[in-house]
Amino acid sequence: MGIQIDLDKCVGCGDCVPVCPFGLLEVMDNKVQLKEGCTLCGACQEACDYEAILIETLSETEASSDRHRGIWVFAEQRDGRLKSVAYELLAKGRELADSLKTELSAVCFGHSIDEINQLIAYGADKVYLVDSPDFADNSEDLCTHQLVELIRQNEPEVVIAGATSLGRSFIPRVASIIETGLTADCTGLEIDVEKRLLLQTLPTFGGNIMATIICQAKRPQMSTVRQRVFKKGVPDERRKGQIIRVDFDKECITSRTKLLGFVEDITETIKLDEADIIISGGRGLGKPENFRLLEDLAKAMGAALGSSRPPVDEGWVPYSHQVGQTGRTVCPKLYIACGISGSVQHVVGMQTSETIVAINDDPNAPIFEIATYGIVGDLFKVVPMLIGKLKNE
Amino acid sequence: MNVVACLKQVPGTTDVKINPETNNLIRQGIKNVINPFDTYALEEGVRIKERCGGKVIVISMGPPQAEEMLREAISLGADEALLLSDSAFAGADTWATAYTLATAINKLEQYDIIICGRQTIDGDTGQVGPELAEMLGVPLVTYVNRIEEMSDGQMRVQRMIDEGHEAIQAPLPAVITVTKDINVPRLPSLRGIARSESAVIPVWNSQKLGVDPARVGLSGSFTRVIKVFSPERSCQAEVFQGEVKEQVECLIGKLKEAGLI
Repeated sequence: MGIQIDLDKCVGCGDCVPVCPFGLLEVMDNKVQLKEGCTLCGACQEACDYEAILIETLSETEASSDRHRGIWVFAEQRDGRLKSVAYELLAKGRELADSLKTELSAVCFGHSIDEINQLIAYGADKVYLVDSPDFADNSEDLCTHQLVELIRQNEPEVVIAGATSLGRSFIPRVASIIETGLTADCTGLEIDVEKRLLLQTLPTFGGNIMATIICQAKRPQMSTVRQRVFKKGVPDERRKGQIIRVDFDKECITSRTKLLGFVEDITETIKLDEADIIISGGRGLGKPENFRLLEDLAKAMGAALGSSRPPVDEGWVPYSHQVGQTGRTVCPKLYIACGISGSVQHVVGMQTSETIVAINDDPNAPIFEIATYGIVGDLFKVVPMLIGKLKNE
Repeated sequence: MNVVACLKQVPGTTDVKINPETNNLIRQGIKNVINPFDTYALEEGVRIKERCGGKVIVISMGPPQAEEMLREAISLGADEALLLSDSAFAGADTWATAYTLATAINKLEQYDIIICGRQTIDGDTGQVGPELAEMLGVPLVTYVNRIEEMSDGQMRVQRMIDEGHEAIQAPLPAVITVTKDINVPRLPSLRGIARSESAVIPVWNSQKLGVDPARVGLSGSFTRVIKVFSPERSCQAEVFQGEVKEQVECLIGKLKEAGLI
């Protein structure tokens, strides 16, 4: 397994050099040389007209998926209420299960969960439910070991979970114990039906490139999936499914960490990760008091309040509001960026939003390159006007 | 209190741009830096040492040039550094990376707390910290933004989750991953710079580490990148013209049309 450059065939034309997304190729003494860090993506192989680049990948026989069948969705709950991402994943999971002609199961850990039947209405054929007070707080030690046990007993071929703070903390531990591949924060999932492979696409390198990743030789194939990227389906209350209650074995699993307290973020009335609309402010707001203007707009639109990095660094708003590479990744239906120039680091955290509106007085601000609609102007005139008009309606 | 901080050398992001004509990453002039989240991990480690005594060991898996990053870490307060470098480690996914780090950490004499950044800014996965904790068999707390107490055998920390903040207690040794609001990293001290220049940084290859070559690097990785491409960017924004009033009315009209308001 690996990449080889056949120096007899290489003519040193350099056609492969610019296509390497990692910049690892260079021509020296009329021959191409490869630096360390190759991921075997194959871009250079395609670019070579002389068949001088050979990439040997895993043989297909290594994929051992005969036993493993079924698509699993981890249905996350909080305080007994299922999170929206659970339904989003069921819609996608249904699609994957149908193309593989297999079952879709939801796995839910919690205590007295409302509307557990909704998981079936939204597409699950089976629901594995662990209902115990021990799971009320989403203890990660317990979630990890319970999911590992269920996977070992039932051998699904795909397991997907929301890329929430819970999913991104405990799913890697599950994958680590099972010894299988895991892809983080996917924004696209497709199936290669013939090979039964999950094609997992995600933004990487700060969102500058997209990568498609597979896990060929191990099962299950696991991903965490960005919230709100996939759309919820339409529930069908008549759908039939089976709820399998699994007993929680207290003797076998104990939590080493102890939750001493929880403080809900009261600066946000609407959570960024579940908001349909986000109003976000940047350096252009000038001072902390001006965030009130955005709060008014957020109130008028039923929106959550976001921020780019500078206002957080200046201490105008708490870090929990920061959207971008070093803050949260959001994906609302509507994102309104006020006084945000649109640095790469900010854009990474919001570019998958359905509609983006940019309000900025600099017509050359990069935010206009990714926005759907733009207003070039003084946000202190535009935003009050917007609030006024929305209130009148 | 022995602290281990895991660091990764990454390309400085502001320089990573796409050439609009060829759709390739423009890499000229990119300076390698300590992964920004890892700078908070290092700083927090140094602060723990200053409060509780002990030492801070920084560890990195990477190419030989990652040594310069480890020297920088010493100038910022780390006491010792260890580089895991071997061509066999190249192309590792998160599992193989965590396995390599875990093997090395198990060879260190003793540790109380392992600190990782929340995620790297090139891979963005945030998976190595949790996987490392599992492989070492120690408790994990992710997204830590405040350390309330770090004493013999126990810690109390605050972490930021999607819905708010949790206070968590856990026994040591443990792994924590930290967010950027946990601290403001210091600048290198003159004494630190002097120490970093003379420091001897051991380099462990796969043999010295005693790992099975099939479990590290590309061969030890369960995931494969099969395609890379440029993200679809929506075309230039539709910019509304006219007076503020007209612009706002146009915008409201469009948003209504799309059923967004």
